[in-house]
Amino acid sequence: MRSIDLTMAVVVGGLFATGVHLMLQRSLTRILLGFILLGHGTNLLLLTTGGADPLPQAMALTAIVITFGVTTFLLALAYRSWRLSGHDEVRDDIEDRRIGDVRERADIEPTADTGDEDDEDDEGWDDFAGRGRAAPGGRRGEDAG
Amino acid sequence: MTWLIALPVMLPILAAGVSLGLSRHGRAQRLLTVLVLTGVFVDAVLLLVAVDRDGRAEVAFGGWAPTLGITLVADLLSALFLSVSALVALAVLIFAIGQGTPDRAGTGIVPFHPAYLLLVAGIALAFLSGDLFNLFVAFEVMLASSYVLITLNAGATRVRAGMTYTMTSLMSSLLFLTAIALIYAATGTVNLGELAERTAELDAGVRSALGAFLLVVFAIKAAVVPLHFWLPDGYPTAPAPITAVFAALLTKVGVYAMLRTQTQLFPRDDTWWLVAAAAVLTMLVGILGAIAQDDINRLLSFALVSHIGFMLMGIALFDAEGFTGTILYIIHHIVVQAGLFLVTGLVVARTGTAALHRLESHDPREPGPVPGVQGNEGTPPVVTALFLLPALSMAGIPPFSGFIAKFALLRAAVADGGAAAWLMSAAALVTSLLTLYAMIRVWRAVSAPVIAPAGRPSLTLVATAGIVLVGLAIAAGAGPLADLSERAAHDLLAR
Repeated sequence: MRSIDLTMAVVVGGLFATGVHLMLQRSLTRILLGFILLGHGTNLLLLTTGGADPLPQAMALTAIVITFGVTTFLLALAYRSWRLSGHDEVRDDIEDRRIGDVRERADIEPTADTGDEDDEDDEGWDDFAGRGRAAPGGRRGEDAG
Repeated sequence: MTWLIALPVMLPILAAGVSLGLSRHGRAQRLLTVLVLTGVFVDAVLLLVAVDRDGRAEVAFGGWAPTLGITLVADLLSALFLSVSALVALAVLIFAIGQGTPDRAGTGIVPFHPAYLLLVAGIALAFLSGDLFNLFVAFEVMLASSYVLITLNAGATRVRAGMTYTMTSLMSSLLFLTAIALIYAATGTVNLGELAERTAELDAGVRSALGAFLLVVFAIKAAVVPLHFWLPDGYPTAPAPITAVFAALLTKVGVYAMLRTQTQLFPRDDTWWLVAAAAVLTMLVGILGAIAQDDINRLLSFALVSHIGFMLMGIALFDAEGFTGTILYIIHHIVVQAGLFLVTGLVVARTGTAALHRLESHDPREPGPVPGVQGNEGTPPVVTALFLLPALSMAGIPPFSGFIAKFALLRAAVADGGAAAWLMSAAALVTSLLTLYAMIRVWRAVSAPVIAPAGRPSLTLVATAGIVLVGLAIAAGAGPLADLSERAAHDLLAR
């Protein structure tokens, strides 16, 4: 088993920490920089754990080539995102938010329903059926907006 | 034998290069991809027969010694998964050609076919890798082509989803590389065969740490709860055939890597309870997530996450019966999940919506299109029938393939008899029941806007029917298949 000296451990740890911190940001440029730093950290770790052994060096070389290719792809993707939306921040997931809205609406509605049924049974049912028919229309309006 | 092992990787990579050159000749490009994937499938089946007859086979590339050079290893497990994957990849490709997904790219060159071929090459390489670093390269080949496929001709939504997907995958890849560096530092090798011997000599603490590290890496790739967030976010936005091939194959490669490394490199007592806890969590969280969804593709994505838990269950049980169950489950799930996504693709193509509330708003007593969606014509009855078969199989209704795989897992759990095994069985039963509910809900919605059968069957319909038939064939050939899986499982334990 091979161990690495303190300087290298601190450098690798620092690269990992900075890389992860940057990857957690919302701006794609920062995420990209974080990914590059994290890649450097990994390659450095691969080299220092191997010492003079040529095999980890070959692995690091392969890893560098792969990281390089992926970085190019990410740059293109960030550029496309900027062209499409005018900024490079990662947006929220729309479908997630929509499901959250449904939950909130469901939390409010039951009390209204029981209120109707308590007052007048027949009208309550009509109202219920009417609302059932109206629901898709209401949704459609929201989708468009 | 050497050629049989090398071809599934070499052929698609070479063809991808040729395919790029053919980008102006759509017909030749399509023909090339279909021929190559057919070749890979035939090769994989021949390899399966050969490995079953002669046992495990190994190829050292360039004559380098196994520790220094690249080795490809084929055993029953890899040949079995390779055959199923090649078949599903071929069916999905035919669907994609029928739907015209590859031709809709707005750019001058059409990257769909080369990327698809590289994806298959990466998957084949992952199944055949004999060392950890080569496995990393295989994952990168596979993921790099998947990044291209998921963002192909993308609008704002897909760029957003593609970014999440890409970043999560990259994070797991870098963690994988870190794990390889640490494992190499601890043992001095990355060859799986040698690692199996050397990890046994390691200090128990170091070994557990390395095992847990690899587990996290593959758990991200296999979308195991709580590392699953990227999947229901990224997959549903892509076109139907791309979602289908990702859902069917990419996560299963992650589970395969987990199965391979956790069984061959690390003994049971190190990490099995982590896997067991993840199995229970994955099953329950996944299916509850599926029930909350309104979009069919997202519902299926959550169901996919949930059923990864079943595969973990067999790994956590850690005996020949458990592994047999996991192997059967992976085979069943590759076919069924691809089928479900393809049928959904058919439904969306016909009705113009994947939203359950819209489909459900249609009155089932009045056949016709969905109200309020422009340019839709309703689904023909054959499509709803095609959805029902894999849906029932997914929920584990006999006599479909899902029942056979679930039965194998539950039997293994009962034979184990431990508290964790009973807990996992309970979670599995609850999940199956909830899966049935979710599937029937989708089926009701899908079968509401029915129209009379439309004229001649399209290529997309034929491909979907083909994959559903393969699912039925798995159920019909359950006996021999279970035999094969059992032998593969014993190989895993024998190292």
